Amino acid sequence: MADLSDLYQQIIIEHNRSPRNFKVLPDATGTAEGDNPLCGDRIIVYVKLDGDSVADIGFQGKGCAISQASASLMTGAVKGKPVAEAERLFQAFHAMVTSDPTKTPDTSALGKLAAFAGVRQFPARVKCANLAWHTLHAILARSAESVSTE
Amino acid sequence: MSVRAAPAPARFDAARVRRDFPILGTRVRGRPLVYLDNAATSQKPLAVIEATDRYYREQNANIHRAVHFLSEQASHLYEGARAKVATYLGVADARRVIFVRGATEAINLVASSWGRMSVGAGDEVLVTAMEHHANIVPWQLVCEEKGARLVVIPMDRTGTLLLGEAERLFSPRTRILAFPQVSNSLGTINPAAELIAMAHARGVPVLVDGAQAVPHGRVDVDALDADFYAISGHKMFGPTGVGVLVGRADLLEAMPPYQGGGDMIHSVSFAKTTYAPIPGKFEAGTPDIAGVVGLGAAVDYLAALDWDAVAAHEADLLADTVEQICDVPGVTLIGTAAHKAAVVSFVMDGVHAHDIGTIVDQEGIAVRTGHHCTQPVMDFFGVPATTRASFALYNTREDIAALAAALHKVRKVFG
Repeated sequence: MADLSDLYQQIIIEHNRSPRNFKVLPDATGTAEGDNPLCGDRIIVYVKLDGDSVADIGFQGKGCAISQASASLMTGAVKGKPVAEAERLFQAFHAMVTSDPTKTPDTSALGKLAAFAGVRQFPARVKCANLAWHTLHAILARSAESVSTE
Repeated sequence: MSVRAAPAPARFDAARVRRDFPILGTRVRGRPLVYLDNAATSQKPLAVIEATDRYYREQNANIHRAVHFLSEQASHLYEGARAKVATYLGVADARRVIFVRGATEAINLVASSWGRMSVGAGDEVLVTAMEHHANIVPWQLVCEEKGARLVVIPMDRTGTLLLGEAERLFSPRTRILAFPQVSNSLGTINPAAELIAMAHARGVPVLVDGAQAVPHGRVDVDALDADFYAISGHKMFGPTGVGVLVGRADLLEAMPPYQGGGDMIHSVSFAKTTYAPIPGKFEAGTPDIAGVVGLGAAVDYLAALDWDAVAAHEADLLADTVEQICDVPGVTLIGTAAHKAAVVSFVMDGVHAHDIGTIVDQEGIAVRTGHHCTQPVMDFFGVPATTRASFALYNTREDIAALAAALHKVRKVFG
């Protein structure tokens, strides 16, 4: 049976209470808004790219503890990283939270983000954990697109 | 909705009523089910489950068509349910009872058929600030098509409509007033008779969204003098997929059909079709016959209840819930009108509604979290979402105690 303490790990509660990088980037090179229309969670992610790397990242928004903590931990995980690495994290995170809840997930590449492994036992909450990541992914895919069309 | 003063009603036996609802004996996540999401849909008594089961086992045939035995029997059951609904809702003429899929379709029928015929450029449709999306969007569609506009009667911070403002917002261009008798997200019981009188004094017809009213009390639609009255079967202990629109006969007769097809015609040729009289005109195609039969059984069940006792029981539940929930640190109620049904929306400092929903679900407690299809209400109170505990006659003080204990647990998880 799903265990609440798997979902609400201390690090998630703590990042929900004091989210990191909760800020607007006035000089962002890309922003996107993500929302879960059915539950009303909404987030704006700001990214400042410097060449091929995420020089700075911030977010604003309102939502549940899972969505807020996920956004906060995401910003910490991708800040200063190459875009390709951020995309790899997105894929690995997505794979982890949607993996079979009866099997131990692969969290080797995820560091602190492994705290969200418990989400896979709560199918209704997967979209909360994914919201920030999908929003970031939209920004990075768009900048890749605009680069490729130039 | 009953507002009669009840002189010391008989004590309501919730334990006995609970035995009528098989699902209430089940366990969820290893615990006894505590079902507090009745404003979304109510549970079904055995009488309703058995009526639909019997229909499919022994009585199933299409209605109004064949001369064979089963078809005659199915038609008889279907029209019998219409008569039961009419009687229960105080509607003198059963032809004015139209079976639809639910309150949403009932409102869409009126907005689409009556609205297209009656609302023109520059006209106004008057609604309230506490509307369910189902009583906003159908009117917006008509307004967009016709160049009309939606005018909104405001409410105060308790979730009470401002009647003085309502009075002021009627204009010569007001074509209809549409409002909920009971708000689904706030629980407010609106002064329906007063609002209807206000509209009728200006020659404005009224649509009442009664979806949240009928599960909590007796409604006499003719005494209320509503021109249109919309309800959903599944919120009043009947099956999903069936609802009712009650309309004024002269309005229904003047309105064009909502959908075309079989059963709604008088005669069809490629040159010209003439329509069936009401209610057939608005019931194109094979309806949810089993659903209607089940709704008939639900109405029989409701008609046998002592509603004064139910009202007293639900008032107790409401008072007890408010007391117990406000005991949890950081809880604020959303919707504190003086006249309320047993619907309690709240927010908790530092904890989002979805986290509350997940944690109480682990205790086997079903509540609704989110905007409850009332985003304008959430915007008005400046909250993204609320947690809503909505009660029905089978809920008990034990349910409330379980909810309160789970909320204290939420507080513990979030500190």
